[in-house]
Amino acid sequence: MFIRVQSDDFELNQVKEYFQQYSLQHGAQIGAIVSFIGLVREFQQQRDDKEQVKALTLEHYPGMTESILEQIAQQAKDRWQLNDLIIIHRIGTLLPNDNIVLIATASAHRQDAFDACQYIMDILKTSAPFWKKEQTNQGARWVEARSNDQDAAHNWTKSDPLDD
Amino acid sequence: MINILLFAKYRELLDTEKLELDADNIDSINDIKNHLSQLGAAWQQVFEQSNLLVAINQQMARLDSPVKDGDEVAFFPPVTGG
Repeated sequence: MFIRVQSDDFELNQVKEYFQQYSLQHGAQIGAIVSFIGLVREFQQQRDDKEQVKALTLEHYPGMTESILEQIAQQAKDRWQLNDLIIIHRIGTLLPNDNIVLIATASAHRQDAFDACQYIMDILKTSAPFWKKEQTNQGARWVEARSNDQDAAHNWTKSDPLDD
Repeated sequence: MINILLFAKYRELLDTEKLELDADNIDSINDIKNHLSQLGAAWQQVFEQSNLLVAINQQMARLDSPVKDGDEVAFFPPVTGG
């Protein structure tokens, strides 16, 4: 598993290289790679919103963040048939369109990679200790947690893992 | 001593990143909350928040979770990463 909290940017081609290395080292047959990248939005909701985001600062709880990400990754590996996975989350000051987070999952067949990728992202949103502060044209403010993120995470816990 | 950490909005509101609290007379997170609430109006306001989250030694905990000497206790608002 490749799990990093970093201020540096990342590239999508790191994903293919990492899983190729994994395949060589483990003699594993990877049939599907799913990747998700979250970006900084310039507008919180719609474009007609008055508040335009100039920059975003991401704060985290060093130590706990890494340990929670490892727990989420392990839960995904326990629940789906995955070869391996990548989680990279950036911290510090970011600008609109900058990368924030990368999740990538590799599996023999696509459904496990799709489901695990979405699971990791949904659980990360509501349980990994990161906080966003936006600098907007109307001033600075801490981003509030959204209830639909809670609903998305909750959906994974109420469904029976045996049904998947 | 119990090491207290504050994050994000709460760190800013209270202008405090970390503090140490004597472990005497402290058995649970609720005891810490009551103790810190006496530091002033802003502290009282933060510790009244219904969505206040708490972790003990970097694992999520509850308000009635027990704490002991040497523990690291962190208070923070709901997370907004990703």
